[in-house]
Amino acid sequence: MGLLDREFTEDNIVISKVDDFLNWGRLSSLWQVGFGLACCAIEMMATSASHYDFDRFGVIPRPTPRQCDVIIISGTVTFKMATRVKRLYEQMPDPKYVISMGSCANCGGPYWEHGYHVLKGVDRVIPVDVYVPGCPPRPEALLEGLMKLQEKIRNESLVKKAIV
Amino acid sequence: MKSTQEIYNLLKEKFQEKVIQHLNTLPKEEVIEVRPESINEIVEFLRDDKELHFDNLILLSGVDDANGSKNKLEDGTEEITGGTLSVYYHIESMDLRHKLVLKVSAPRENPEVESIYDVYGCANWHEREAFDMLGIIFKNHPDLTRILMPYDWEFGYPLRKDYRNPEFYQGMKVPY
Amino acid sequence: MALKTEEMVLNMGPQHPSTHGVLRLEIELDGEIIINVKPHIGYLHRCFEKHCEAMTYPQIIPYVDRMDYLASIYNEFGYAVAVERLLDIKVPERVEYIRVIMGELQRIASHTVAIGTYGLDIGAFTPFLFLFRDREKILSLFEMTCGARLLYNYIWVGGVSHDLHPNFLRQTKEFINYFKPIITEINNLLTYNKIFIERTANVGILPLDAAINYGITGPNLRASGLKWDLRRDDPYSIYDRFDFEIPVGKGWMGTVGDCWDRYYLRILEMEQSLKILEQAIEQIPDGDITSAIPKRIKPPEGQIYARVENPRGELGYFIMSKGGLQPWRVKVKAPSFVNMSIFGDLCRGHLIADVVAILGSIDIVLGEVDR
Ligand code: SF4
Repeated sequence: MGLLDREFTEDNIVISKVDDFLNWGRLSSLWQVGFGLACCAIEMMATSASHYDFDRFGVIPRPTPRQCDVIIISGTVTFKMATRVKRLYEQMPDPKYVISMGSCANCGGPYWEHGYHVLKGVDRVIPVDVYVPGCPPRPEALLEGLMKLQEKIRNESLVKKAIV
Repeated sequence: MKSTQEIYNLLKEKFQEKVIQHLNTLPKEEVIEVRPESINEIVEFLRDDKELHFDNLILLSGVDDANGSKNKLEDGTEEITGGTLSVYYHIESMDLRHKLVLKVSAPRENPEVESIYDVYGCANWHEREAFDMLGIIFKNHPDLTRILMPYDWEFGYPLRKDYRNPEFYQGMKVPY
Repeated sequence: MALKTEEMVLNMGPQHPSTHGVLRLEIELDGEIIINVKPHIGYLHRCFEKHCEAMTYPQIIPYVDRMDYLASIYNEFGYAVAVERLLDIKVPERVEYIRVIMGELQRIASHTVAIGTYGLDIGAFTPFLFLFRDREKILSLFEMTCGARLLYNYIWVGGVSHDLHPNFLRQTKEFINYFKPIITEINNLLTYNKIFIERTANVGILPLDAAINYGITGPNLRASGLKWDLRRDDPYSIYDRFDFEIPVGKGWMGTVGDCWDRYYLRILEMEQSLKILEQAIEQIPDGDITSAIPKRIKPPEGQIYARVENPRGELGYFIMSKGGLQPWRVKVKAPSFVNMSIFGDLCRGHLIADVVAILGSIDIVLGEVDR
């Protein structure tokens, strides 16, 4: 938006579109479900801890899905877990977003062939917005994924699309 | 510290035909094979005897020997009938510093082994795992249910060599 | 007339910030007192043992990494030791030293996570941030050597994948000097904090005989008072050359084997790891690192059980070979799996708030519990 880049010398009025304004508000405080699955969760923890500092993007882990905007599926989803992941996703209020982090959540990862208990891709149970590849993705990659999600939110609109 | 041979002699003397044989031809580890229905009393003796004092169960592992007859099915997979499933027990004595490997074998169709959970506490979960993965039934176990797989998994025991994946589980596709 | 009470069943997890992953606990309560806890595991069961039966020996190493993802190097270490014993390989001196250095760095990294998240569970946020900052330093040492931050695929059967970076030893020395005061800092910040002691001392006491009966190993066993460390008691690699102490629990703040002992033991172990690191850096010889890596691994028929002292306890591999390129069966003794099995007994009779304190103190990694 560039709004905060400029400094105002006096009080001022900013004219903006409602869409832009709301989207800006939403994308700057994406709260995340504090929820880790496997090895990728450690990288997610490292991303939220001191060195990489997820907080500067407004991402704070919340313990309950009911307060969250984004869920990061960080790791291997097994069949036993898949139903729970789905339940968590359903408990989140709209609008909600999903980041699939790591090869396992994308497509089964190293377990794609012989993993009799591994769900080959979390997109078989919930819709995914951003896929972050890697095993595990570096924290920088996760940050990039988050920025991609912000970009997606920035281009959303309140206006109903006309059905042609 | 006692060698496996000495322990074998001791056991053979005490339990006679319940102790089957001493396998020492293969490299690295010597194994004493015993009868599956008397494993409980044997480990109890091994634990309580002052000279032996095996106080720690390191590992309990189930193994599919896959030594029965194999017949090809139409879809290219194999089915095994007959033969045995085995359980290996690694036990050690923490103060006398000796180790021992015990083995029991049970027929694949009815793999019943005596549980040893009352001798070693940690056997409880290990036995549940062996049941979950290979379908070995531990008699007298207090709670022999699946531990790693979902409780309602009804497609067999995944670590058996002839295990076949189902197509769907609860509406989720299993193969890639 | 006595009041009638009813028991309540509380479900904790699999999504719960303090279960350190995906663990579900079914807690039976009488008021606030715990009657029984039943852990349900398997939410991260990734079929490790099935993969082993389908992969060749070197291909298994990446899967081994993913078991205990906080101590990957040590998992590889254990696996390499097991296969080398099966094949009778003797690895070069330099490789042994590299392995020990990496292993001990990994132990420190793993304990920092254990301590940091333990503080987080109890309600102290700052140590977590401090320790993750320091853990990044260790990770960058690993990254410099093999290019990965978390899962390394570094220790191979018979050798390691890359030689050390020319700067590695200098930077490790710097790290050691940097980290020594940090331990004091953490002690001041968390260890001797009054609230922390109140929450952890005399809670979740693990008596020694129960610990041995349940096969508990690692810091949890030592906190109960037994001097049992495989680096000493069943030496592998070159640990018999180093001079270090094995700390045991003394009941510093309460009873022997309580949560505080288990926590503090990890701090003491980090000090000992630093000591080993210093010696190893002094002694490391030059030499070749790839000469002992076999071209093709095909062990003879037989079986082996080899074990190492992982940060969480005794990590053992039972490998059974039938002479093929793939193992017939690999079974892992996962320390977290065994340590977890006593959890129900530890909690009985405590308050509901102590569940988190006890769970954090036994320091499990769910990837290893479920494999
Ligand atoms: S993608 Fe790799 S690092 Fe992430 S959970 Fe899967 S195996 Fe672990």
